[in-house]
Amino acid sequence: MNAIPAPGAADSTLTPTSTVDPLTPPPGSGDAPPRVRRRRFSPGRVLAWIFMGAVILITLFPFYWMLRTALSTNAGLQANPASWLPSDFSWGAFKRVLGLASSEEAIAGGGAGTSLNFMRYLINSVVVATLVTVGQILFSAMAAYAFSRLRWPGRDKVFALFLGGLMVPAIFTLLPNFVLIKQLGLVDTLLGIALPTMFMTPFAVFFLRQFFMNVPAELEEAALLDGVSKTGIFFKVILPLSAAPLATLSVLTYITAWNDYFWPLMVSYTDSSRILTVALGVFRSQSPQSGTDWAGLMAATLIAALPMVVLFAAFAKRIINSIGFSGIK
Amino acid sequence: MSTTTRLQPGSTADRSGSRQRPRQDTKLALAFIAPATIGFVLFLGWPTLRGIWLSFTSFNLLTPSEFVGLANYRRLVQDPIFWDSLLVTVQYVVINIGVQTVVALLIALMMHRLTQSSLLRGLVLGPYLVANVVAALVWLWILDTQFGVANQVLEWIGLNRIGFLSDETWAIPTIALINVWRHMGYTALLIFAGLQSLPGQVYEAARIDGAGEIRTFFSITLPLLRPIMALVLIMTVIGSFQVFDTVSVTTGGGPANATNVLQLYIYDMAFGRFQFGYASAMSVALLVVLAIITIVQFRLTRAGSTDLN
Repeated sequence: MNAIPAPGAADSTLTPTSTVDPLTPPPGSGDAPPRVRRRRFSPGRVLAWIFMGAVILITLFPFYWMLRTALSTNAGLQANPASWLPSDFSWGAFKRVLGLASSEEAIAGGGAGTSLNFMRYLINSVVVATLVTVGQILFSAMAAYAFSRLRWPGRDKVFALFLGGLMVPAIFTLLPNFVLIKQLGLVDTLLGIALPTMFMTPFAVFFLRQFFMNVPAELEEAALLDGVSKTGIFFKVILPLSAAPLATLSVLTYITAWNDYFWPLMVSYTDSSRILTVALGVFRSQSPQSGTDWAGLMAATLIAALPMVVLFAAFAKRIINSIGFSGIK
Repeated sequence: MSTTTRLQPGSTADRSGSRQRPRQDTKLALAFIAPATIGFVLFLGWPTLRGIWLSFTSFNLLTPSEFVGLANYRRLVQDPIFWDSLLVTVQYVVINIGVQTVVALLIALMMHRLTQSSLLRGLVLGPYLVANVVAALVWLWILDTQFGVANQVLEWIGLNRIGFLSDETWAIPTIALINVWRHMGYTALLIFAGLQSLPGQVYEAARIDGAGEIRTFFSITLPLLRPIMALVLIMTVIGSFQVFDTVSVTTGGGPANATNVLQLYIYDMAFGRFQFGYASAMSVALLVVLAIITIVQFRLTRAGSTDLN
């Protein structure tokens, strides 16, 4: 479901950090990254920069095109499909999407007459992503603490079992989970969407355990001498010292929950539990091939994508550096 | 040995002051793992077993399920649409992973050898931040046959318009490349992290020996990177086999089942026709395919061993 997705196509419970054995520090990790010292022009370097330029262009172009389309009118788009700037500049698409336009205005602008209830979907997405993130991080951190700093019989066996969960592809648990959610009477509720990933993902437990294990034992012992209980150590020593990885994991979890599509599509049927991604899919499937409200659709995708881009921008450096990061720092 | 017992010898004097602690933290540990364990059992462990069980039943959500033995699996073997969708999925995975791995490796090399700019690393991660659905919709619009900018450009340079997502031959490659767009930056960062873990001295030595960039890449980087590339490949292939979102939004399986990937067929079987038993059997089949591919990849690439030592 929505663990940190592996880079493939759909989601998977496999993970960025599992690329490197987390227990062994990467060889030479202390060395400065090798730099190319030769700064002179060479055809190879020019080619490399051209390649890099092309990559950036391909990466960014769709974002620009979203904005350009969203600021156009549908009539303008048809008359002028390839103009660089918005054709027939208008805020109409955003107004339609956000329900600020009357239904006559919306139909005139090429949109559907029925209101999209976009704010509703936005709020639903926020609720689901927040539930998943808060629950998953807290419970996974607690489990990670038990697996890393507490002593109890069978600890490593239980942990191995949890790790085994990494091997089960999301698709496999989706149908049985749907049946379970249905039996619990939670179909078409936000809780039903959030529940399966609200308690843990094997990855989150695994990821946090690696960091908790590296908190120096002396700090824990000092706190114990001061009369702090083991529960207190979790909250007062382990969690504050792991603020950075917790933040990274939270942001990635939030983005994953926000972007999830397959599971919410299964569980939600009506507006009451529809999240943004599912709404976008519905919006697309309801509009006829010929008369698609592209301006409105692009405005909606922009609004759906924007919160994650902002969230990422705020934590960019930290996240970038901890992707593929081995858990040792 | 618990932490507390190790402390005891030094602090026997104030033993009376500190409460008597159990040698093990069993009770506390149980409390700490309880929520995660509930989640694990309910939504991961139990569903896995239940999925296998369902594949042997005629479960359809409405009537009580009946044990039907291997009937679902017999049907699967004889179902031409299943084999078709498996073939389509494999085509998708080959194009998706083939292009993505090469492009991501190149990007990672650039980030490693050409520039260390972290702005660049942030930018390439951009597409990964948007949902598959968003990526699918944007490209659907860019590649639209009538009004899409890509076809405008094709027309300008004197080529025919292409129905990227409405033409049977183009649909799967197009979807595969859309997902390359979304995932290449993220995959590149994974590989980049692997590159950074390679010892710098080797590169220094290569430079002193006068090896060029290309020589360095093939003689040093690629061999040393093998275990990391192998793991990245295994992860991306598993993810790639589970493609659904992009197909569902862009083509919905069409034209004429040309993009009816396995997950889409499973979804349709379960939620369109309510044949959960058969849909579960296909999930089990997909799981088996994934397991076999992972094991083969692991063997072929010797992912577990490193050449560094």
